[in-house]
Amino acid sequence: MSVAMAIHGGQPETLIIESEAGPAPKRIVVTYGFWIFLLSDIVMFSALFASYAVLVRATAGGPGGAQLFNQVRVAIETGCLLASSYTCGMMSLAIGSRRRLVTYLFAAITFALGATFLALEINEFAGMVARGATPQRSAFLSAFFALVGCHGLHVTAGLVWLTVMMALVATRGFRPTVERRLLCFSLFWHTLDIIWVGIFTVVYLMGILP
Amino acid sequence: MTEARYDRAPADESISETHAGARADLFVYTVGLLLSVLLTATSFWVANTTLLWAPGVALGLAVLAIAQMGIHLVFFLHITTGPDNTNNALALAFGLLIVTLVVAGSLLIMTNLNENMKMSPDLMNLHMQR
Repeated sequence: MSVAMAIHGGQPETLIIESEAGPAPKRIVVTYGFWIFLLSDIVMFSALFASYAVLVRATAGGPGGAQLFNQVRVAIETGCLLASSYTCGMMSLAIGSRRRLVTYLFAAITFALGATFLALEINEFAGMVARGATPQRSAFLSAFFALVGCHGLHVTAGLVWLTVMMALVATRGFRPTVERRLLCFSLFWHTLDIIWVGIFTVVYLMGILP
Repeated sequence: MTEARYDRAPADESISETHAGARADLFVYTVGLLLSVLLTATSFWVANTTLLWAPGVALGLAVLAIAQMGIHLVFFLHITTGPDNTNNALALAFGLLIVTLVVAGSLLIMTNLNENMKMSPDLMNLHMQR
């Protein structure tokens, strides 16, 4: 205590309170733990990005990125995900001010935009498979489907999670447990958008460069 | 007794429950959205234009993507350099260290391997299929 006082030069009151404050509230502990999980998820994605970057030229005579990727579709997908990230933020604000109807409204918009993104992606995958560009065709396509498909699975999980959360809000209201989970959901959703920024740059935009 | 100061949870908006606080949060999200739209549009333009020096385009795209990830972290996830955010920022820094090691390490090792094997690109391509 005396050492700390010497270092900080006074304000002993604050020091005592901070050291005896006890564990942080559950909201902070839970969200911090979820943040650590999301960072480990990002590390997993970085391995998928690395394998994609290593295998991008290994097309084995099959179709490459320039033949397969449709930029307009990617632009719409990017817009959907970015807008849904924004409406997810609006949803957090509505939760903060306890406005239930506004929360449902923004959750619905977030869900619709996420579902549009997913529909476009499934449509793209189906089109590629129809042209014979399956994951078995080349190492490049295996890496592509692993990376983009993994992100798509995360978005699917996010949509399911959002639906469950709205059911919880409807049945239990804004109790602390529900609020903590909603905060974790918004963290998850924003992180997915960050990963998509990497995907549309590395896969789609760099893929069409000569 | 003043209230104890804890860390702030990641993605948590400002603590203030006032009307002005909520409006400030709305402003933060909107600024983030506008900056992201700007950077995304620039990325798509850079990838399609012929005005720029072609070999530098890939690097430019990478810089734009990293900038947009930063925008998302600050304006959507509310990661700051404030004292109530130290743990969040440190966890992020450690995550970034691992990401850098994985991506840069894989690319370095595989490029080196390809060079030492001295295969023709076609043979290498064939090799990667097996």
